[in-house]
Amino acid sequence: MKVVGRAIPHESAREHVTGRALYTDDLWPRYPGVLHAWPVQAPHAHARILRLEVGPAYRVPGVVRVLTASDVPGLNDSGLKGDEPLFPAEVMYFGQAVSWVLAETEEAARLGAAQVAVEYEPLPAILSIQEAIRQESFQGAMLHARRGDVERALQESARVLEGELELGGQEHFYLETQASLALLDEAGHLLVHSSTQHPSETQEIVAQVLGLPRSQVTVQCIRMGGGFGGKEVQANPYAAVAALGAYLTRRPVRVRLNRLQDITLTGKRHPFYARFKVGFSQDGLVNALQMELYSDGGWSQDLSEPVLARAVCHADNAYYIPHMDVKGRVCKTHKTSQTAFRGFGGPQGMVFIEEVMDRVARSLGLPPEVVRERNFYGVRPESPTTHYGQEVKDAERIKLIWDELKASADLEPRREEIRRFNAQNPHRKRGLAITPVKFGISFNFTPYNQAGALVLVYQDGSVQVNHGGTEMGQGLHTKIQQIAAEALGVPLEAIRVMPTRTDKVPNTSATAASTGADLNGGAVRDACEKIKARLAAVAAQKLLVHPADVVFEEGWVWSLWKPEERLRFAEVVKAAYAQRVQLFADGFYRTPGLHWDKTRMWGKPFHYFAFGAAVSEVEVDGFTGQYSLRRVDILHDVGDSLSPLVDLGQVEGGFIQGLGWLTLEDLRWDARGQVATRSASTYKLPSFSELPEVFNVRLLPRSTEPGVVYGSKAVGEPPLMLAISVREALRDAVAAFGRGSMVELASPATPEAVYWAIERVREKALVSGD
Amino acid sequence: MGEISFRLNGQTVRVADADPHTTLLSWLRQQGLTGSKEGCAEGECGACAVLLLRPDGSGSRLEAVNGCLLLLPSLAGQEVWTVEGLAQGRALHPVQEAMLQGGSQCGYCTPGFVVSMAAEYYRKNREGFDLEALSGNLCRCTGYRPIRDAAFALGRPSQTDPLAQRLALPAQAPESLEYSPPVGAAPASEPWRFYRPVSLKELFQTLAQHPTAKLVAGGTDWVVEVNQRAARAGVQVDLSQIPELQTLAWTDAYVEIGAGVTLSEAERWLEGRIPLLAGWFPLFASRLIRNRATLGGNLATASPIGDSPPVLLALGASLVLVSAKGERVVALEHFFTGYRQTLLQPGELIKAVRIPLPLLPESRFYKVSKRPMDDISTVAMGVALSRSRAGLVEAIRIGLGGVAATPVRAYQTEAFLLGKPWDESSLRKAVQVIKAEFQPIDDHRGSAAYRTAMLGSLLWKFYSETQGVMA
Repeated sequence: MKVVGRAIPHESAREHVTGRALYTDDLWPRYPGVLHAWPVQAPHAHARILRLEVGPAYRVPGVVRVLTASDVPGLNDSGLKGDEPLFPAEVMYFGQAVSWVLAETEEAARLGAAQVAVEYEPLPAILSIQEAIRQESFQGAMLHARRGDVERALQESARVLEGELELGGQEHFYLETQASLALLDEAGHLLVHSSTQHPSETQEIVAQVLGLPRSQVTVQCIRMGGGFGGKEVQANPYAAVAALGAYLTRRPVRVRLNRLQDITLTGKRHPFYARFKVGFSQDGLVNALQMELYSDGGWSQDLSEPVLARAVCHADNAYYIPHMDVKGRVCKTHKTSQTAFRGFGGPQGMVFIEEVMDRVARSLGLPPEVVRERNFYGVRPESPTTHYGQEVKDAERIKLIWDELKASADLEPRREEIRRFNAQNPHRKRGLAITPVKFGISFNFTPYNQAGALVLVYQDGSVQVNHGGTEMGQGLHTKIQQIAAEALGVPLEAIRVMPTRTDKVPNTSATAASTGADLNGGAVRDACEKIKARLAAVAAQKLLVHPADVVFEEGWVWSLWKPEERLRFAEVVKAAYAQRVQLFADGFYRTPGLHWDKTRMWGKPFHYFAFGAAVSEVEVDGFTGQYSLRRVDILHDVGDSLSPLVDLGQVEGGFIQGLGWLTLEDLRWDARGQVATRSASTYKLPSFSELPEVFNVRLLPRSTEPGVVYGSKAVGEPPLMLAISVREALRDAVAAFGRGSMVELASPATPEAVYWAIERVREKALVSGD
Repeated sequence: MGEISFRLNGQTVRVADADPHTTLLSWLRQQGLTGSKEGCAEGECGACAVLLLRPDGSGSRLEAVNGCLLLLPSLAGQEVWTVEGLAQGRALHPVQEAMLQGGSQCGYCTPGFVVSMAAEYYRKNREGFDLEALSGNLCRCTGYRPIRDAAFALGRPSQTDPLAQRLALPAQAPESLEYSPPVGAAPASEPWRFYRPVSLKELFQTLAQHPTAKLVAGGTDWVVEVNQRAARAGVQVDLSQIPELQTLAWTDAYVEIGAGVTLSEAERWLEGRIPLLAGWFPLFASRLIRNRATLGGNLATASPIGDSPPVLLALGASLVLVSAKGERVVALEHFFTGYRQTLLQPGELIKAVRIPLPLLPESRFYKVSKRPMDDISTVAMGVALSRSRAGLVEAIRIGLGGVAATPVRAYQTEAFLLGKPWDESSLRKAVQVIKAEFQPIDDHRGSAAYRTAMLGSLLWKFYSETQGVMA
């Protein structure tokens, strides 16, 4: 039986359930003399630092060292674009850390930080996208993707609609906050344990801040308690502070943000604002779309430009739009530096186009799903090519998934049931919606589409696998274990996946863009195949067959000619050792066929697309706007699943996280620019109450993706956008309170937002009807 | 004086010289028992959940509580189990076994879920699995479905299960405690003090010495202040072991619930006999919090968005206040005197809540919040009504939270409705009255306009539900 494709529990599940799984901040009690760090956080959104006096902090018993800019031996910058000073001279957002205090206890560090005297000169702050647009406060270049002649096509369209929508941000709220522990190893070199999705970049930043060659710094990530993009670049400053502290004091230094610090210091999903103008026919065929996107990038460049690029590249979602013009700008504001978050701009682009589709449908009095499906790539007669020039491979799969899901979810009969329910209930209405997902897989930044691995086979047949990917709960190590076991033909237990370390595989890419398994799995497979080929030659001699006829499976080695003559894998390994055959190998993978002209936004940025669709049904209380999710059906394409239990978990978890963003998670900043929702009591994540009563999730069968490791597809991000169906179902229910007019629904669609949407359709119904 | 001991995973442990503000969670982690995690440090995420042994008839029971909200000295003489204490060597505990099939992704919240699930697993006479047991645990990865499946797949503890056997025996009764680590542990010259009296008499003796002492019942509010805003008190007094605060009585005239009774305990004891409360308990925070939080604590903190005042106002409750000088009974409607201000005098505390009988026949509790489970209300309304045969309003009480600086009764609206027919026409006008009666504020939970709209909406909702129309 194949090991790849088997539904097995998470590789660390036993450690998780017993509490034995270690995370970065679980390590410090093992080291004597650890120092604890506490930040001095600025109470202004924008200010010049006039004076920073550390002396008083040293009078607090237990305070050992106060870190400021003058302590930095290298470059005082924790980013790669030169705009993220680790110790700033100018405060750029409320709560920014201006200094860090190291002490014998956390309590002493906190008390010390309170004693650091800082004098500020407050400066005017930009706190919203609208204000940034007014003041033309932008970062980076304008992005512009276009095809056709939008102006003319708009003029020629039978109907034209204009609109706008604002989307709220989202706090990652990984359960494990940012954490690092830095210490000097036996040779006096830096070892930094960090909860980071990108150990190589963390290494780079630590080396940059300390002015050391990268070879002098090792970064290890055992595992993360969730990342979701929030630890792609934003783990780096905290690793740098810990490393700087350890470097200066020669003692282990622990930096671990508490929740309040994490929410106020770190970036979030970008809030967006879009204006659009759409031209379409009486049948709902969209002919032209003009869209302007503005994201709230916060104070530094961070990953805002690539996030925006992905938003621009996903403003089509699953729809072929002949004439399309999408522009995007990143607004520079005095807020946390918004960063990667599962979907990376894709979700925002897709919510906007789904908003457009719904408005088109309701303006014509057509069911939204009818308008959606008429515009699909593969349904429209034109060649399925995106507005950035990439052909949509397997475009027919969009409609295939759609039809199968409509049938399995009983969409039509339920529409009828809901109509009856709504007719009988004046105060409660149900809504139903189906929405598609098409999501491009690969980093838009082409060089990141490479990965390395180092596989070590020991004489007893046991195996260590090193690769550049990090484990944050997504099950990457589980998949890697399966891939290595499959490729070497050994049982799962023979494979040990090692913690991610920069001294095993160098120059690795971030574990991000859903590509962890595609890239690292490809590299691991490559390394395993090299070793297997060498072992096959050894076994072939013993079995007296051609190496090509040697089979490796579940720890046994045999030939096609004499299956009954079986050698143990370890036996072959021993024989190989005796013959001086190399028992370890590196592996490498680069995604083939990518090219991308960043300035023209044209080319083939994605290796392939992941597809899916979801049907959601909600019930809304007309008195309060409160609602419940009654049923969700999902059909999602993961290619040939490497690990079905893991993939199912990614689909379900991504969906719930997406619905959190679109309904519940209401990120607010106050008038001074401070995050107003900076705790678990004020910022609400989905809990058991958001789990739909009925939740049917299926993976699309028979969907091998050639050219990807074992025919699989990436799964981390795409399912998040299935949750757009919840937003659209809410809109459908709101519409039922009126007379089928358009529904303006804010995002997130909190009970309050839904209530006001209901009030608006009620008013319209009064005006137009009574 | 400077040392406490308690049972941890079956072993006696001693703690010396710890700051009495130290939480169990941070102490556990310092000892290297890092299975319990800190996700929020305010009792919202449950990653820190631990099991606390509590008396139950002739035996005992396990309650899951937030380790981040337990002050270490309050555990003196008690028994605690953490996630590390559940497996028997290599053999996983049944709840751990159940969680293997997709129940964990990043694994960070998993120990907390395992602990909450274990508490429910051992609950006596349970039918099926009550998901409420997991209402205080957050997971950011799985989307909960596999956790629900794991919970529903659980069997029952076997005869040989060591924890089940432990529950047949009583919990040790905690004794009176005075804990005061030596000077040096505290930055101030005065040593920190932590008292746990076991009678009212002892409490008042302590308060006579320390009149400004911080009174701590369940700690679900105070320890959040300690963790989040670095609040510290020179003297803390733990009220959890005072029998006089633990009364539960159903008399002809009233129902009495001791101020120190946990909400879970009250919920179990009432068994749904007060319908308004039965609908309200599940909306009050989470099981983890209800296992610690008390009515006395919720009322004494006097938050304008506390969850108990709206229902208790609708029930017409009164409070028994007690001090060294004796007792007095005050109506709850007069108890709140301003933003986080009450009638309580120095040295006085709430002893019990009394709910008068008979109950008004029709009642409801509504909580408008972003999340149905474990959220703070934007607006909360408790309402109780009695109608005459002729359909006139005989009595009505409307308790509100989130619309003023204190919890309030909607007196004007009540007065308007009294004696009027309970019909659409009266309600239409009553909605105008109630919307004009309060001037709520804007905050991140909701706008003033929404809160005002909800005042009218909830009244309408109640009306429509009294009409037998499906709402």
